[in-house]
Amino acid sequence: MKTGISKAVERTDARKKIRGEAEYIADRHFEEQLYAKTIRSSKAKARILEIRLPEMPADYFAVGRNDVPGLNRMRTVVSDHPIFAEEQVEYIGQPLFLLVGPDREKLCDLADMVNIRYEEEAGVFTLEEAEKQDTVFTDYQYRKGDPAAAFRDAAQIIEEEFRTGYQEHAYLEPQGIAAEYRNGILYVYGSMQCPYYVRNALLETMAIPDKQIRIIQTVTGGAFGGKEEFPSLTACQVAVAAKKTEKPVMMIYDRDEDIRCSTKRHPSLIRCRAALDKNNAVTGLEMDVLLNAGAYNGLSPVVLQRALFSATGVYDIPHLRVRGRNYRTNMTPSGAFRGFGAPQSIFAIEMLMLQIAVRLGEDPLEYKMRHALKQGSQTCTGGKVREEVKLPEIVGKIRKMSAYVKKQKNKKPFSGIGASLFLHGCGFTGRGESDIRGKVILSKDKDSVTLRVSSVEMGQGAETVLRKIVAQSLDIPIEKVNYAQVDTGAVPDSGPTVASRTTMIVGGLLQECAKEMKARWRECDRLEIEKVYQHPSWLHWDDSTFQGDAYPVYSWGANIAEVEVDPISYEISVKKIYAVYDVGVPVDLRTLDGQMQGGIAQGIGWATIELMEGEAGRLKQSNLTDYKVPTSMDTPEMEIAYVNNPYPYGPFGAKCAGELPFVGSPPAVAAAVSDALGRKINYIPLTPESLMESDNED
Amino acid sequence: MKIEFTLNGEKKHLDVHAATRLLDVLRGHFGLIGVKEGCGEGECGACMVLINGRAMNSCMIPMGNLEGKNVITPEAFCQSERGRIIEDAFMEAGAVQCGFCTPGFIMATASLLNANPDPDEAQIREALSGNLCRCTGYTAIVRAVRIAAGKGAGAC
Ligand code: FES
Ligand code: FES
Repeated sequence: MKTGISKAVERTDARKKIRGEAEYIADRHFEEQLYAKTIRSSKAKARILEIRLPEMPADYFAVGRNDVPGLNRMRTVVSDHPIFAEEQVEYIGQPLFLLVGPDREKLCDLADMVNIRYEEEAGVFTLEEAEKQDTVFTDYQYRKGDPAAAFRDAAQIIEEEFRTGYQEHAYLEPQGIAAEYRNGILYVYGSMQCPYYVRNALLETMAIPDKQIRIIQTVTGGAFGGKEEFPSLTACQVAVAAKKTEKPVMMIYDRDEDIRCSTKRHPSLIRCRAALDKNNAVTGLEMDVLLNAGAYNGLSPVVLQRALFSATGVYDIPHLRVRGRNYRTNMTPSGAFRGFGAPQSIFAIEMLMLQIAVRLGEDPLEYKMRHALKQGSQTCTGGKVREEVKLPEIVGKIRKMSAYVKKQKNKKPFSGIGASLFLHGCGFTGRGESDIRGKVILSKDKDSVTLRVSSVEMGQGAETVLRKIVAQSLDIPIEKVNYAQVDTGAVPDSGPTVASRTTMIVGGLLQECAKEMKARWRECDRLEIEKVYQHPSWLHWDDSTFQGDAYPVYSWGANIAEVEVDPISYEISVKKIYAVYDVGVPVDLRTLDGQMQGGIAQGIGWATIELMEGEAGRLKQSNLTDYKVPTSMDTPEMEIAYVNNPYPYGPFGAKCAGELPFVGSPPAVAAAVSDALGRKINYIPLTPESLMESDNED
Repeated sequence: MKIEFTLNGEKKHLDVHAATRLLDVLRGHFGLIGVKEGCGEGECGACMVLINGRAMNSCMIPMGNLEGKNVITPEAFCQSERGRIIEDAFMEAGAVQCGFCTPGFIMATASLLNANPDPDEAQIREALSGNLCRCTGYTAIVRAVRIAAGKGAGAC
């Protein structure tokens, strides 16, 4: 694996970043630019009675809903979030209008002088309240086999409930966006994952034709889903402001504002019932997934779908009843975040399987492996597992790497070891890829080529990996492959940079272009080849019943975590993580390691220290002092390995990778804590306070 | 107030409010965009610069404290011999992803190696604990520091 496509090449974007030469949006400056500051609701649910503005100095403007030329809604899966609030506000921090002007400090002074009168109404905040009041946005269900019979004939039924908390993306670069009109064209620049989402949102909000809009992605300082749908909102806001003021308008969030007002990972409450037959095998499962979607539904329905289609993890459970609901609450809207609903379900199923094994006195890893999917198995939605499932090899390898059995035996008090098995569906869910129909262009100019895609570099290494795929397919040096600036005026819509789809889907299309180009290389100096995604005919999916192949293929993995829990403070320290993954064929080992290490660390954060709580609609943690993300001291040593399992439809055999590590580390850490303390773990984050409290209850 | 300090080897005289943050002066006045604002509250290290050889968060330093000090930013540091070794080490280890944290980590690395040319893993993790990185999980960064130390970045 150390040769060919897997052998690491130098990242093409990195030296500029090290030297401080890369221009992020906050590093840009537009002539005569104005800044924007968002004025937000201080109430969780209220009617706005009156807004009183201070006297505005020359060059200062208020920009609100009456300035929106088109639709005052942000376009996404469910276009329900107002660009600027109307009569009603639904969460604390909801944007009401912008104050715009040349001096940032002056804007803050003016903001302090804004006076708003509200008529408050009773809000709904927690999943329990939402369930009681039935504020459901989306309600999905599907079935497999005959769950009623499985439960009727069960030798044993086990019920458990699991909870996971909010998570903030905490990308190091805060949200930032700018808009300007030049020669009748609206230009939007910013930190984002999905330039075409932004464009589509602007088409409706600005009510102008697409020829008059160009979205240009600037160097993006981390995203993790946090810059998937959110920039569509801010882009519309600054665009409206640029139109009104006829000046470039720049809006950079400070950290507090970013944490309080941008999207979060959905908190979940997951109820499980498992039916066991007389041989102790799980034959039936009922899973009820409740997600806190916040004040607007946005893309929560698709997050819920992925949560539901990941319900059984890597296990083959013949009889299923799965239900999921997104609830409306008066909280900051939840949204996309690495894993996209899957981490919540995988946490639940992994803890459930662990608890059953412990109850039965079985070795957890062996018990789990007895239920593992195999090639040809039916997936939870009645699709087919087509690839070879290399879980036995993965588990064999990780056992050896970690000396699992030996360590289980020689356990010290308050130290624990835990394992997780997991998968991730590659690319969009269901019909997603065939609806988007991603398009790429590869063009040749003498001896160099340029690839044009809307898939962005946001830290994950897309630029390097895509250039490398083209270079190796054409047998030319990577320096001869240019990656065109992502600008919707110049690149086709290869789809959004989400769902771990960039290498597999977009890279796959580019490889096809490159193969054709290679065959025609001598034809002429200039050549342009375009490819559009074709959904394989052997994939079947029914969106109304949720039956069929929810994903074309899966990536797989196992983690083993070692932890120590301080017997007095209950602080958890994760000592070591072992990880083995099947991502098809690694396209660049160093870049891939980076994704895996970063994903593992983020997962550890979610499972242990990243506590974010709502209190009557207010997020209690609003800066990086209160909201702790892992530092170098909280992050353990990691040992990572891969098993090769080429996917015939991925470039060089690659499958998906970016989200997979995030899914795996939380349940492994929670299992290890469970082992250390000798008790069930049914929630994360495992803060010392919560562990202490539940210990007192025991 | 009038302030005199050295910035990347050049003497600077500036008339600024004593409370103005060094971060804003570096970015706004001198256009040194390698100094990033990640939090503005001393938590992330993205705004780190070297002040008299030690890494400090420039968002927490008022200009009033800067009289006579020697400030080095990532841009200039990377031109130095040591800077080049550290840059290569970061490349080799794959320590850069989104890059927003990176210049700050370069400063923290320089500061550590100034004080301790041959740190062990625990010392490295400790020294980097004031810098947040959300992308890498730190493994590659820690390795980069080790590589840089091994190549003598602490000695020159
Ligand atoms: S910006 Fe200075 S520490 Fe974060
Ligand atoms: S590389 Fe993105 S925060 Fe460190």
